[in-house]
Amino acid sequence: MILVHIDHDLGTRAPGGVTGVDPLSLQALAAARTLDDAVTAVVAADGDLPPAAAAELRAHGASGIRVAMHPGLADYAPQATARILATLVEEVCPRAVLAAGSARGNEVMAHLAAILDLPLATDCTQITIGPGQSEVTRARWGGNLLEEARVHASILLATTLPHAFPVTPAPAAGEVHTWTPQVPDADLLVRVVERVMPTGAVGVGLSEAKVIVSGGRGVGSAEGFAPLAELAELLGGTVGCSRVVTSAGWRPHSEQVGQTGTKVAPDLYIACGISGATQHLAGCKSAKVVVAINTDRDAPIMQVADYVIVDDLHAVLPAVIEALRQ
Amino acid sequence: MNICVCIKRVPLLGSAIVLTEDQRSIDTSRLGFTVSPHEECAVEAAVQLVEEHGGTITLLCLGPAAAVEQLREQLALGPDRAILLEAADEVEPQATAALMGAAIEADMAATGAPYDLILLGSESADTAGYQTGIRLAHRLGLPAITNVKGLAVADGQVTGERAVGSAREVYRAPLPAVVTTKDGLNVPRYPSVPGRIKARKKAIDIQQVPLPAGVPAGAPAGGMGPRMEKLRLIVPVSEAKGAQDLGTGDQAAARLVEVIRQIGVLA
Ligand SMILES: Cc1cc2nc3c(=O)[nH]c(=O)nc-3n(C[C@H](O)[C@H](O)[C@H](O)COP(=O)(O)OP(=O)(O)OC[C@H]3O[C@@H](n4cnc5c(N)ncnc54)[C@H](O)[C@@H]3O)c2cc1C
Repeated sequence: MILVHIDHDLGTRAPGGVTGVDPLSLQALAAARTLDDAVTAVVAADGDLPPAAAAELRAHGASGIRVAMHPGLADYAPQATARILATLVEEVCPRAVLAAGSARGNEVMAHLAAILDLPLATDCTQITIGPGQSEVTRARWGGNLLEEARVHASILLATTLPHAFPVTPAPAAGEVHTWTPQVPDADLLVRVVERVMPTGAVGVGLSEAKVIVSGGRGVGSAEGFAPLAELAELLGGTVGCSRVVTSAGWRPHSEQVGQTGTKVAPDLYIACGISGATQHLAGCKSAKVVVAINTDRDAPIMQVADYVIVDDLHAVLPAVIEALRQ
Repeated sequence: MNICVCIKRVPLLGSAIVLTEDQRSIDTSRLGFTVSPHEECAVEAAVQLVEEHGGTITLLCLGPAAAVEQLREQLALGPDRAILLEAADEVEPQATAALMGAAIEADMAATGAPYDLILLGSESADTAGYQTGIRLAHRLGLPAITNVKGLAVADGQVTGERAVGSAREVYRAPLPAVVTTKDGLNVPRYPSVPGRIKARKKAIDIQQVPLPAGVPAGAPAGGMGPRMEKLRLIVPVSEAKGAQDLGTGDQAAARLVEVIRQIGVLA
C-alpha cells in the first residue's frame, strides 16, 4: 500500500467553488498509482471530508481514504499533520508515503522523515520501489540538475516535483474511514494563526500571467522599468525581473523570476537586459515563447530564446510600444 | 538575543553545468562560490534583529575547509563569530542535522549562552532537500517555522509570515525556535570596507567532524541504516531552439509586434 498525504484548505476556503483539495496533491496520487493499486489518500482536517472532496480523490485513484479529524486542525499545522501520518505509517506499514513537492508537502514530509528517522527524497520526477530499497530521480538546483539516487529504507518517503506526474482520471472505490487521532500539544504549537489578505487591487500574479515583460541589470535603474511596465500593461501582462534587480531594490521580490523567486509559465516571456543565468532560467523555462532583448549576442539567454533582438532595450521597447499603439 | 545562522557554500553556476568524470559532482574547477539568497536573507534578518534587540550572531557551516571564504564574507555583514564543521564530501540531510545539532548543543554548553533563534535557508541551493531545518528542530526539540518572508520577535515569541500567492499566512512560536527563511524576506545589505576589515579578525572555530555512525557520506550501502545514496547526476538536455533574429531598432520593434500578434496574446 502507498499512503498519499493530501494537502487541502477545507477549513479556510470560501464556501462553494472548488473542492478544497490541493491540485498538486492529485499529482502525488497519480505518482502513487504507478507504484501500487492500493493507494490510500490521507486527509488531516478538523471536520468531515466534504462529499465533493471525497469524490475528487476517488476520481483520481484513491482506493481508500483515511480522514483524521482533530479540532486543532482548523488551519494548516505541519507537525501535527506529520504526527498523524506517522501513527498511520506504524499501523498500516506502507511501502511508501508520497506528497506534493510544494512548500507544504515538503514541509509535512520533512517532519515525518524526522519523526521516523528515515531519508526523504524531495521533488522526484521518477520513482520505482523495490523491497528494502527504492530508486528515484529528483531535481536539484531548481530543476537545472537531476540526481539519480537509491533510497535504502523499507518505507520510501518522497515528494513529487510539480507537473512531473500528469493527472489522469482513474476512478477507484475510495471508501472513507474517519478516525480521531491523538496529537500531543507540542505538535500543534506551530500552525497558521492568522491569514493576511492583500489590500487594494491585486494585479495579475506572476505565476498565472500569460505575458511577462521581465527586466534585468541591463534596465539600469528603477525608473528604467517604466517602458517595461507600459508594455506589460498593453499586453495584459505583468512585470518580472532578475535577482540583481531585487537586490538593488529596483523592484519588489514578488516580481523575481527564478530558482529563489517565482517559477512562471507564460505564453510570452520578454527578457530585457537579462543574461540568462541558470538560476534565472530555472524560473522561466516553462515559458512557451521567449523573446530576448540584449546588447550581447552571446548572452546565455540568447541560446534559449525563440526570438532575439540584439540591441539596446531602451531603444527597442519605446518603438515596440509605439508600434503596438498604432 | 543569541542567534545562530546556518549557511552553506555552493558553486556560483554559470550558464551551463559541467559534471565531473564520475558524474557524481559538478565540476567546480572554474567556478566561484557563494551562499544561497535564502541564507543571505537569514543573515540579514539576524543582523536586523540584533540591531533591534541586541545580542550576538554565530554563523554555522558544514562544508569544506574553503567555506571559510563564505564565512568571512558573511561575517563582514555583522555576525560576531563562526563555526565551520569541516566535511570534505556532500553530507546528506539526516547526517547534516545530526552534526549541526550536536555542534549547537556543544557550543551552547561551552559558552553558557543558549540560542534563542536558529535560522537556516528554506532549502539549499544545490541539493534542495527542504528538510535540514526541520530535522534540526526535531533534533533540538524546538518548534520550526519554515519558508518565511516576514520575521519579527517580540515578548519571547517569534512570528513568521509565509507568502501564499498574494496572501500571507502567519505562524507564531515561543523562543527558542528554528526558522527557515526565503529570498525576499529582506534586501540584504552589501558589506562595508570597515565591515570587511573587522571580519578578518573575527574568530572562526574550525572543527573536524567525525561522520556519525550509520550515515557515512559516500560509503557503500548495506547495514548502514536507512539512507539516501547518490548514484549519479544528470544535466537535463534542453533542445537548442535556433532563435530567430528579429534585427534591430524600429525594424525589430515592428517584427516583434507581428510575433506578439501571431502568439495571440493581444486582447
Ligand atoms: C543560489 C542562487 C539562486 C539564485 N536565484 C536567482 C533567481 O531566482 N532569479 C534570478 O534572476 N537570479 C538568481 N540568482 C542570481 C543569478 O545567478 C544571476 O546573478 C542573475 O540572474 C543575473 O541577473 P541579470 O541577468 O539581471 O544580470 P547580469 O547577469 O549582469 O546580466 C545583465 C544583462 O543585461 C545586458 N544588457 C546590459 N545593458 C543592456 C541594454 N542597454 N540593453 C539590453 N541589454 C543590456 C547584458 O548584456 C547582460 O546580458 C541566483 C543565484 C544563486 C547563487
